[in-house]
Order: sequence, then structure tokens, then C-alpha cells
Amino acid sequence: MRDFDFEIVMGLEVHAELHTKSKIFCGCTTEFGGEQNTHVCPVCLGLPGVLPVLNEKVADYAMKAGLALNCKIASFSKFDRKNYFYPDLPKAYQISQFDLPIASGGYIDIEIEGKKKRIGITRVHMEEDAGKLVHGGGSLAYAGYSLADYNRTGVPLIEIVSEPDIRSIEEAIAYLDLLKAILEYTEVSDCKMEQGSLRCDANVSLRPWGQKELGTKTELKNMNSFKALQKALEYEIERQAEVLREGGKIIQETRMWDENKGETISLRSKEEAHDYRYFPDPDLPPIIISEEWVERIRQTLPELPQARQIRLVESYGLPSYDASVITGSKAMADYFDQACSAYGIALPAGQSTDDKGKERAKQISNYMMGELSRRLNASDQGYQDSPITPENLVELLTLIEGGTISGKIAKTVFDEMFESGKKPKQIVEEKGLVQISDEGAIAAVVSEVVAKNPQVVADFKAGKDKAVGFFVGQVMKATRGKANPGLVNKLLMEELKKQ
Amino acid sequence: MKLYSKRAHELHELLVSKQVSAVELVNDVAARLEDVEPKVLAFVSQRIEDAKAEAARVDDKIASGETIGPLEGIPMAIKDNMCTEGIPTTCSSKMLHNFVPPYSATVVRKLNEAGAIMLGKVNMDEFAMGSSCENSWQEGTRNPWRLERVPGGSSGGSAASVAAGQAIFSLGSDTGGSIRQPAAFCGVVGLKPTYGSVSRYGLIAFASSLDQIGPFSRDVRDCAQVMNVIAGHDPLDSTSAPIDRPDYTSFLNKSIKGWRIGVPKEYFGEGIDAEVEEVLRKAMKTLESLGAELVECSLPHTEYALPCYYIIAPAEASSNLARYDGVRYGFRTEDAEDLISMFSKTRSEGFGEEVKRRIMLGTYALSSGYYDAYYLKALKVRTLIKQDFDRAFEKFDVLLSPTTPTVAFTCGDRLENPLQMYQSDICTLSVNLAGIPAISINAGFADGLPIGLQFMGKPFEEGRLLQISHAFEEATGCHSQMAPLKGGCEG
Repeated sequence: MRDFDFEIVMGLEVHAELHTKSKIFCGCTTEFGGEQNTHVCPVCLGLPGVLPVLNEKVADYAMKAGLALNCKIASFSKFDRKNYFYPDLPKAYQISQFDLPIASGGYIDIEIEGKKKRIGITRVHMEEDAGKLVHGGGSLAYAGYSLADYNRTGVPLIEIVSEPDIRSIEEAIAYLDLLKAILEYTEVSDCKMEQGSLRCDANVSLRPWGQKELGTKTELKNMNSFKALQKALEYEIERQAEVLREGGKIIQETRMWDENKGETISLRSKEEAHDYRYFPDPDLPPIIISEEWVERIRQTLPELPQARQIRLVESYGLPSYDASVITGSKAMADYFDQACSAYGIALPAGQSTDDKGKERAKQISNYMMGELSRRLNASDQGYQDSPITPENLVELLTLIEGGTISGKIAKTVFDEMFESGKKPKQIVEEKGLVQISDEGAIAAVVSEVVAKNPQVVADFKAGKDKAVGFFVGQVMKATRGKANPGLVNKLLMEELKKQ
Repeated sequence: MKLYSKRAHELHELLVSKQVSAVELVNDVAARLEDVEPKVLAFVSQRIEDAKAEAARVDDKIASGETIGPLEGIPMAIKDNMCTEGIPTTCSSKMLHNFVPPYSATVVRKLNEAGAIMLGKVNMDEFAMGSSCENSWQEGTRNPWRLERVPGGSSGGSAASVAAGQAIFSLGSDTGGSIRQPAAFCGVVGLKPTYGSVSRYGLIAFASSLDQIGPFSRDVRDCAQVMNVIAGHDPLDSTSAPIDRPDYTSFLNKSIKGWRIGVPKEYFGEGIDAEVEEVLRKAMKTLESLGAELVECSLPHTEYALPCYYIIAPAEASSNLARYDGVRYGFRTEDAEDLISMFSKTRSEGFGEEVKRRIMLGTYALSSGYYDAYYLKALKVRTLIKQDFDRAFEKFDVLLSPTTPTVAFTCGDRLENPLQMYQSDICTLSVNLAGIPAISINAGFADGLPIGLQFMGKPFEEGRLLQISHAFEEATGCHSQMAPLKGGCEG
């Protein structure tokens, strides 16, 4: 990044909704959507007189995330009240954690241009989500009225705060990508940014290269997708750089990313910043976390993305690029592992397959990273709901491997599989797509094509290579693409030599 | 028959032996309620017809030979800061004048299940902030012993209704003395249980770490009976203690011979009226005659209780009362231009002066830059106060003190001087800070006005407080008078 005149210093604050069945302090469902104000009760509505009771699953999940992020788990943790007035916050305070978060002092290692970079995790804390406001008249500025929906109020969240270790937009994206994968792998959150179950704020500052002190930062909010994060950071970094180049000063403030305008807008300055008046919530006793509890949660940790990536490289000989793409999403990695099982090449960690197995694994990977991902993205689907099951994909690969169909025909079959969800064998049979590998049948077509085109034979003899392609095309046309291309080539050359 | 002047346990006998029906009982108490209410002003809302229907069901039960519980069919009143499903719960505040909760507090549910019959909701200082019941959105309740005097507060309606025979027992809440001080002023029994003994679920919070619900009754046995119903662990309250409730009546009729009673010197002397001290000294003699040993002791941090309390309680209140913003329920200002003015006008118009004063105090104490100096320091002082008690209880079974430094004062006397009003609770605040139980019972009179005696006990030893209170009550008979409803008040 030396080509830029400032060093970029960033930290991310990520909110993830925990995927528990019920809310953090009451029994209401956490399900997304639902008719407005139907997933509510006196407790999450903060009616006078109600009291919170911690859903212990929330502590389990937060701990699991903390452990997956290499954090230390606090033996003594507590909840605090964060006080501010807003119509989406029915108690006018959010129950959160201030000075004694459940987990702290962790890290994750991201990969940038093949090099490992460690990003520190300052803390992971638990809190409750607020409700949603729907502004009559579209945007807030022009609203004649606002309606409040409290279905989301009290849905458990963890906030994951990184150290200011991030030095580029690529690092920020890689960090969020890996963090998201870890949260998905541990199944603590479904991480759907479009539904708001994963939200990202960024602290951004610039400083001249070589300067030790941090520059003044701004806090960016409202980035609802990776693309938005990227664009907001690009905009904000350039905005700050321009201010500094002109000798100006950055104002410490909170800025909101406006997706439509494509710019960040000042929300409030430091002077206008809330004094949240944090204090320990007297309604909730401190959480005492025993070694046994931590151990119990540690036992439930699954194989995490990086371990899985290494396994895919070591066991199946996948290129590390393939392995990192596949393990970037748990659903995709699960798909790959299931496909390997179906192909009979699955191995326990620490063992590696033979060349044949590696070839098969690479075939799976190629299809996944190519056609399948393209089709899933185009139809806005994930690997968990792919119309082509791993077993059917492997069936298709088996048909190619056994020479039943050609690679070209396979593309047609694949499309049909994606559309209908049918098994490849069925499609091949129904459409009569079986490859013709009968030498006699192909030879007959070849001699007929050659006999019909003496001029092209002459071209061939004159050394024009194009002639071969013409004959292959004619043979394929005559067999509607089903002729085994290897055999066609072989028989064609034999025929031409005879001429 | 003046049924309204009887105790719950006496009325239970009359019901069981069919000398009186539950309908007759409710009719009698309701008639008394109606009769004296213009003088006492204890009730915020009434539900007499519903109560009569409930009484009829109790009678059916008795007629069909079913056994009834000790509180079944007994008319009672609930302080208007405990949520009652379908029945307005206002905290005596304009802010909640139209709030009808969709759920009931755990204590209300338990009393309902025990068959007690609620006649209505009773008056209080707004959001339980006050010591005279004058900070009510409604007119202040009067002291049934002399109507120009205050009944004490904040549970003034709970105390006055029981003293005046408008209810056989009632529930109040105590954050810094709000049960014991009005119990003392009105000459009834008032118990503040250990923090965590009685569920706070459904009690509209003032200061969450101090609030505790407890009973008012006309004798100690009734107090034990009510505790038997309302105490016990509640999974809906995370601060509720996971312990088994004893049978509180099992502590009655037991000797206190050999008990060591600590008399903290800080609760006597300066600031305590001579007449109060005189009655207390007499009560101590009585206890000695019952075989107890009284020894002077010290709770050295007592003088810091008041400042400590007036940091912690307002701090918690500032947060607890923030939800009254006009968005979802309760009062909302008529003329708001935008969100912020809606919030601020709703709150300045909806809350009374004392509530606003405490919200300001608490907001200040929690503000960035002041937190350490005020709130954090107060928490440390609180620990010292608690340690004073821990040390005293190593030597003593219970501690004894006056409940209040004076008898009930005259309406309006302390309204203009908040600090003087705060002094009314000087003998009761420490108990809430320490989380221990304490009871106030009548020890005698000065010029026809009741004087309260406070016993303070170890955590979860309400039983022993009832034991000594009952022994004292049996020995003196102080409790057997009804309030005369004399005098008048210009208000």
C-alpha cells in the first residue's frame, strides 16, 4: 500500500445475531420476520415491572464463538445497562456488557496474497438486539410518522471487536470473510447480512507513514453487505485522505454509509456522542463461568475453516486456492466432503489419497468452483439448498469418467440436473445422450463424411490443419455430439491416411 | 359485627366454622372502605363488585365441604406499583394514569391462587419515591390515627387502609423504608423481607437492587400467613433466592429467652425525638422481662447510609424510569414537534417534582466522569454498611432500633424541604443497602400517635423477626387498637 500517501488503520466491530431458539431474556422466538409485534411478550417489550432471565444458551454460544476466535473466557462476567432514548429500545436501555465481557484477548489469522496476517480480537460480548422502525414516507428525514416493530427486540447478539490491526480494505474484507466463516462453522449465527443477522461497523483512521500515534478516527455504520463495506471504506479512506492532504483535520464522529448516494454522512460528532451511563444491571446476577463449563463448550467446537482448508490440501491435494474458496463457506465445504464420500475417496484427517483420488477430488472442486457456484449465485441460492445433491454431482462425474458421456454432453446434463433436480443417469437415458464408443459405427460415419468432401481431403493433404476440425465437427453433427471424441480423432486420422 | 377490625386468622376461623360467609366479610370490609375512604383517601382504584363475585365462589367452596386456605376469602389491598392483569396500575403517577398491565406480578398471582380477595389498589408516593404519600398524582392519603398527619410513605395507602379497617392486610414495597416507616406511623405490622425472599416480578421498579415487597397486617400472625403465600423462589426473577421458604407461622408462640439483642447506638440520641426514645426504652424493658439480653453495639458506617442511598437509588431509578417515554403506553404529551421534544415534554409533564429530582440526581451520578466519584464510591460504602451488619450478627440474634425518629408528621410539613423528608428514613435505609430483613411493629403511643419498633435480622431469618415480634406483641397487646380516624386535614 506504499503507493498510497497514508497508512490506513482500521478495526471492525461486528454484530452477529446468535442462532438460539428463544430470545436472550425471555421465551419468545428469535425467528426472522413474522407479522409485526407478534414475537413479543411483556419481558421483551420492557413493560413496567418485568425482569430479565438469562437464556443460558446465549452464554454457551458466546463462549463457543469466543473459543473459536482464540479468546480467553472470563471466569466472572456481568451484564451492564447502556442507557439511551430511542423508540426501538423499549426499556430505554440495552442490556449489554461493558467492562467484563464474556471473552477477550483472541485473534484470527487471515491470508493476504499468500501471507498470513494476525488480527487481534479485543473482545466478544453479549447483548440484546433492538427493534426496528419503519418510517412512514420512506426515509427518516421525510417521515410523517414511524412505526415500531419489536419482533427483533431481545434477539441475542454478540459484538466482536477487533484490534486496530487492519491495514487495507482487502484485509478488512478477508477478516470479515473469515469471521463470518468461523461463526457459520460453529453454528452460533446464520450470518445473513441481508437479514441483518451479521452487521459490521468500522473504525477508520489514517496516519502518515512512519507515524506511531493513531490518527483521529471516524466510526462507519450501516454497511449491510461485503460490497457496501468495500465501497464505504473506499469512500471514507479517500475522504479522509483529501481532508488531510488539504491540511485539514479529521473530526471524530460517527458516519453513516448511504448506499444510494454512495457516500458516508456525518451522524453525530464526539461532542454529540451519547453518554451511555453504563452501570451493572441490578436485575441480573453476575455470570460465574467454571472451568468445566468452558471445557464442555470447547468439546463442541467443530473443525474450523483453516483446519479444514489444510485438510483439503493435504488429504486431497487440492490447490490451496481451491481449498480456501471451498472452506470459505461451511455449506460449500460440507458439500465437498459429502461429494468425496459419495465418490469413495473420503479420508480421515492426516491421511492422503492416491493420484486417482486426487484427480477425482479436483474434478469435484472444478465443478463446484465453476459451473455449480455460478448457477447457485445466479439463482441466489446457497450450497445447503443446491438442486444438485453432492451424490448426483458425483454420479455425473462417474458417467464422464466411465466414458458414458462426453464432457460436452455433461454440460447439457448438468444444466438439466440444475433445472429439474433429476439424477444424471435418468437424464442421459431419457434424452439418449449415451456416448457412442462403437468403433464400427463411428468408422462408418467417418468414411461417409470423408467421401462426401473430397475438396477438404485435398486441403488436408495440402497441409491445412483446419481440415481436421471440419471433419470432427461433421462427425459430431452427424452423431448429435454423442460420438466419443477420442475415437473420432483416431478413426478420422486412419481414414485420412488411407486417402 | 365489625368484621373489618379483625385479623385474617380470626376471620379464617369464622369462615371455616360458617359463622360468617365470605360474601358477608367482603360486604362488611367494603362498607367500611366506602365509609371512611373520604377521610383516609387510601385507594387509587377499587373493584368491589369483582371482589364480591370472588367471595361468592369461596362460599361455594366452603358449602361443598372443601377446605380453604388461611387467606382464602380475606379482603386485602395491593400497592399500586404491583402489576394486576386487566386492572390499572398507575404507580400514583400521571405517567401511568392509563396503564393496564397484560400480566400480573408474581405476588398478585400467588395471593390470587391462595384465594385472597383484592378490594383495590392503594395509594403511594409516585413511583415509590417519598416518605409521606404526598407525592401522589392523586390526593395524599391521611393517617387514620390523626387525619391531619401523613400516613408515611411510600406505601402510605397500604398502611392506612389496614390501620383504618379498609383491608385486612395489604402488600407494600420497601426500597429505603417504604413499608416500615408507614407501618410505624400507622401502628401496624410491616415486614421488609430479605432481598431475594419475595419475587419482584411485576413490581414496577424504583431501585432494583433495593426494592422488596412485603406485607402489612394488624398482627404478627397475619404477617407470617401472608409471607407463607408470597415468599419463595421465582424463576421469573433472577435475583430471587433459590431457597426453600420455611413455614413462617412455626416461629410464633416461641420463647426468646436467652436471645441477645443488639442496640446500635447510632440509632439513638441526636435526631431521635425524646418521646420515641422513651417508648423504645420501655419496649426494651419488656423484652428483658421476656428473657432477652439487650446490649449496646455499634454500626459505625450508619451516618453514610443516607448519602449512599441517595446515590444508588436515584441512579438505578434514572435507568428504570427511562422507559416512560410516551412511545408505547402511558401518558404522552399533546404538543411535540419531533422525537426529542416528544420524549422531553412527555417526561417533564408526566412525572412529578420528586421523581424528576431523583432522575436528575441519578443521571448525574452515573454520568461519564462522575461515575467513579459517586456511584462506584457509593457501592463501596454499601459494602462497608453490609459488613457492619455481618459483624453485629456474629454477636446478636437481632438488632433493635426505632423505625422512625419521630411520630407521623403533619401533612405539608416536609414537602418544601426534601432533605428533611429524606431524614424520615434515616433508621430504615441501611437495611435495604445491606439486603437484610427488618420488621416494624407498634411499640406504643405518644399523644395518641403510634411509635414503631424495628427489629433487623440476618438474611433469610424473617422467621426470627416474627418470633421476637410475636413475643413482644403477646406481652404488650399494643396491636389490638383500631385507628380512631380523628381530626381533619386541610391538605
